[in-house]
Amino acid sequence: MNILELHNLKKYFATQKAVDDISFNLKEGSIFGLLGPNGAGKTTLLRMITGIFYPDSGEIMLDGKKFDPLNDIRNIGYMPEERGLYKKMKIGEQVLYLARLKGLSKSEAIQKAKEWFVKFEMESWWNKKVEDLSKGMSQKLQFVTTILHEPRLIILDEPFSGLDPVNANLIKEEIYNIARKGSTIIFSTHRMEQVEEICDHIVLVNKGKKILDGSISGVKNDFKENKFEILIDYNGESNDKFKFIEKGQGQAIIKINENTQPNEILQYFISQNVQIHGFREIMPSLNDIFIKLVENTEKAREFQKFN
Amino acid sequence: MNKTGLVISREYFTRVKKKSFLLTTILVPLVIIAFYAAIIFISVKGGSENKNIAVLDESGLFGNEKDIKETNLKLTFLKNETESSFKSKYKNEGYDAFLYIPKFDLNKNPDFTIHSPNTLSLSASSQIEKTINKALEDKRLIAAGIDPEKYSQIQADVTLNNTIDTKEGSKKSVAGLAYGVSFACGILIYMMMIIYGTQVMRGVMEEKTNRIAEVIVSSVKPFQLMLGKIIGIGAVGLTQFAVWIILIGVMQFIVPLIFPEMMANATSGISEEQKASVAAEIMQGLSALPLVKIGALFLFYFLAGFLTYASLFAAIGSVVSDDQQEAQQLVFPVLMPIILGFVIMTQALNNPNSALAVFGSIFPLTSPIVMMGRITYDIPAWQLATSMAVLVGTFFLLTWLTGKIYRTGILMYGKKPSWKEMMKWAVRKA
Repeated sequence: MNILELHNLKKYFATQKAVDDISFNLKEGSIFGLLGPNGAGKTTLLRMITGIFYPDSGEIMLDGKKFDPLNDIRNIGYMPEERGLYKKMKIGEQVLYLARLKGLSKSEAIQKAKEWFVKFEMESWWNKKVEDLSKGMSQKLQFVTTILHEPRLIILDEPFSGLDPVNANLIKEEIYNIARKGSTIIFSTHRMEQVEEICDHIVLVNKGKKILDGSISGVKNDFKENKFEILIDYNGESNDKFKFIEKGQGQAIIKINENTQPNEILQYFISQNVQIHGFREIMPSLNDIFIKLVENTEKAREFQKFN
Repeated sequence: MNKTGLVISREYFTRVKKKSFLLTTILVPLVIIAFYAAIIFISVKGGSENKNIAVLDESGLFGNEKDIKETNLKLTFLKNETESSFKSKYKNEGYDAFLYIPKFDLNKNPDFTIHSPNTLSLSASSQIEKTINKALEDKRLIAAGIDPEKYSQIQADVTLNNTIDTKEGSKKSVAGLAYGVSFACGILIYMMMIIYGTQVMRGVMEEKTNRIAEVIVSSVKPFQLMLGKIIGIGAVGLTQFAVWIILIGVMQFIVPLIFPEMMANATSGISEEQKASVAAEIMQGLSALPLVKIGALFLFYFLAGFLTYASLFAAIGSVVSDDQQEAQQLVFPVLMPIILGFVIMTQALNNPNSALAVFGSIFPLTSPIVMMGRITYDIPAWQLATSMAVLVGTFFLLTWLTGKIYRTGILMYGKKPSWKEMMKWAVRKA
């Protein structure tokens, strides 16, 4: 079942087509990665999903129904990249305030806040002010305020920036937990190793358009270049079946020509009486795919006039 | 509680709980009372200061040369001295000043020299001038063959008592009091609009620079957030008024109880009869003023004026980043009409029905202040109705326009938008 469906979303600003006809679907309970270079339109897209912006055209369906920003806010938790808290406000009061703005009653908010504060070992913070917290601590607090009302759709924009590995792990675990309980998570970042580790499904946007959509393994499969690492002692040259890309002591990277099966290569080396110590396909990293797709476009989006 | 309500209560309570709010709310009336007390104290002290002045009268102006004693002044006439010889001695002989009157033509108004180690106080020198003038006038009267005593009987002193005739009957008006009430109302609205208007702007800037705006607007509509902030801060202003009025009222009872001597001193110069008549006059003057109407109008214009300007301040806060200078630049055009309103108000106090005053009290950006200048006078009903309607209409229009600027502004970081861009945001639909 799709919790979120975007149909042909468009949002144009005076000088830019920030989001230009983007559609994709999100399965319930999945962890979804929204990728893209700076200025690709990710934030605008997220702002439409959270009801901050209205799309110029297109449709957002939440749970099979048309998205209604007023009433669906309760089901969404959003941690924007440009995030912050009231510096001078007491932490406990602040958490309750944000939770009640989402529609929780006061007693519900207090109960949930206490639970999370215990879980994250933040009980002693309740009467402190945000300005007393370090950057990492306030990040943790921000995460709690985002998920406190148990939203069904959680949107996290660069959730790990500024966190030490211990706290990053804590939050990562929580993200898995929440997904296991059935909430869906949209995860926006340009840290590809995190995406590879956490996400089931990714969409890559660039210049306001979707340029990639699929599961991580599917995407990698689509972008594999028939490169293999082979552990051999061999001094011969490339032939019509494969080409050496790198050659080292007892190790080489080869690119197999199209229409050639890996087994043919192995047979070739065996027939040459070469000892094969290892053979493995090199899958492209998301990082490579990202760079490959984005590299050929201009580094920065130009401001354009259009009508 | 709905969301706007939540925002209002947050904006209200975080401000009211601040130490600085408690401090100003309690200190301001204390300062006003202390100011009162200081004025009373000074007038009492200043009055009891005795000046001992040596006079060398070569002209025979003070004829009999007997020492003159007045309330705070003693004139001692010198014999067998000259100006140059005594100039160096008067200090050592215990005089505060030395007045030299040379021979002069009685029919001309002469200049005299008075020596003193420090500048003579204004009250002392004017008292001395009065004494000399009296002596000179007597001389001239006698020279003209008029008995000075007869002359003082002839002198007239007329008092005008202005009675206002209204449907409810005749009342005695006290011009100074009406003027004071008007001025106080005007200056209060002027101050509150600027102080609380800038608070709204700072609040919005805080949300923007703390980067919490986006978190909040994912739960609340930007318009609700803006409105909640404005109403919350307006309520803080009203609370402050209420506390001030109560505190000042209480103090006026308490101060005489704590410092009975001071009050006794302050009024000792005035006879019981005068005291009673002054008090009666103030009471009469106050009762002549339509206090309920003034209070209601004040409250209306404070609220409507604050709300109208607050939305402008909020829009400014939303488009600037944390750069104070940028904020200053944008605030200036908003402050202009407020200051203009204040200037017109001071004019309206004297000419409440002049064309300028009427215009200023209808034009929505100046009317909250200017109307206060006319509040103690009879304002034609149509003018009042027009002014209120225009102000309320302007409030809705401005809030609607600025709401759209605000909505775009709080999510923009970096460059400050130009006026043209802001206009575009304001007028575009949805």
